[in-house]
Amino acid sequence: MDDEPIVRWYWIGDHLGYLGNLLADHAVIALLPVLIGLLLAVPLGLACARFPRLYQPLSAVFNIVYALPSLAVFVVLIPYTGLATQATVMIPLTFYALAVLLPTTVDGLHAVPDSVRQAATAMGYGPWHRLTTVELPAAVPYLIAGLRVAAVSSISLASVGALVGRGGLGYLFVDGFQRTFPTPIVAGIVLIAVLALAVDLLLVGARRLLAPWAVREKGAGS
Amino acid sequence: MNWLNWLSDFFSAPDHRSGPDSIVHRVSEHLLLSGEALLYAALLAVPLGLLIGYTGRGVTAVTALAGAARALPTLGLVTLAVLLAGVGDTAVLIPLVALAAPPLLVAAVEGVRGTDPDVRDAARGIGLTHPQVLWQVCLPSSAPTLLAGFRTATVQVIATATVAAYVGLGGLGRYVIDGLATRQYAVTVGGALLVVLLAVGAQLFFTLLARFALPPGVRAQRRAR
Repeated sequence: MDDEPIVRWYWIGDHLGYLGNLLADHAVIALLPVLIGLLLAVPLGLACARFPRLYQPLSAVFNIVYALPSLAVFVVLIPYTGLATQATVMIPLTFYALAVLLPTTVDGLHAVPDSVRQAATAMGYGPWHRLTTVELPAAVPYLIAGLRVAAVSSISLASVGALVGRGGLGYLFVDGFQRTFPTPIVAGIVLIAVLALAVDLLLVGARRLLAPWAVREKGAGS
Repeated sequence: MNWLNWLSDFFSAPDHRSGPDSIVHRVSEHLLLSGEALLYAALLAVPLGLLIGYTGRGVTAVTALAGAARALPTLGLVTLAVLLAGVGDTAVLIPLVALAAPPLLVAAVEGVRGTDPDVRDAARGIGLTHPQVLWQVCLPSSAPTLLAGFRTATVQVIATATVAAYVGLGGLGRYVIDGLATRQYAVTVGGALLVVLLAVGAQLFFTLLARFALPPGVRAQRRAR
């Protein structure tokens, strides 16, 4: 290890295509679950906002889900989904994303002032019209704050999937460790950070575009 | 029903009852490693966070830093640290501290900044010095936020310490990794279940602590909100 530099640049140059493939694989494994989580969180959040009784038990369940160790969950799923399949990694990531997004969706829907709601009703908006043109847009800054947390954690968590055979860039960590060759590990860390940063910037841009009125971000729970 | 068989296999195996691979020993290794990481993270992050929150300087930097830290893959940090520093507790402690420090830092900053400014002014008005205000007013009033930060950090560290086994260290990850390597799902699933139980237990512990151990004044305030 003494004469091995932390980064051997020629290795990176030689493996650009390979790194690109891993990056693409990683993006799919990490981000598709966030998208599915969002699609589930919006209707669930609506149901919770309408029936507050539903919210407390659901949020307790998802609190526990969020506490589950990713590696442990991947492992427990293997007998059902198989080793080294995308589903083994993506199913838990979907639940983690949902656990982050559900509270932010509910917070966002609750953030609409009653006066605004009543004004919309007074202007003749039906419940559906009011929901799609007033309440959901008002929740957008919250949703995007939640998406930022969910996406970045998902990108980082997906790499643990390498230990069960499907982790995108996480494979570089296993590979580098087994060969005591730090270059792939460094490349993996940097690429994961870059991917996370890119997605985060994209989401900030989306907020500017979709919710220009939200100057200060709110509801970015940890 | 193979689930139940696996678990009974796991819990009744003689190796898991006593000796270095026993469940008690692995759980205590796991808790010790997690506790050590949390201690260092707290010593690092809480004083810094209190100071930043009190002076209001560098809050934006802290928020940005905490967001960026979330993107750091622990598995990558652990493997890199082992290659650079050799197998040992340090190699795992560095990534775990890096994982635990950001939520603690953010919680300390947010907690102090969330203190009612009127209360801070009043404390200054009755003649408390700045360190006294920070220690006697801001710290107690930020206790709920700090506790929530500790809960997040603890749960994450307990969950992630599992990865330590991949580079040859102890803890409950041993069961998960060794079971995978030898294709003994009973061992893997048993280890995973124990980690889940520990994490959920930690979560419950902090929830109860927030309910019963907070300063009475702070508790009343939270109820009123």
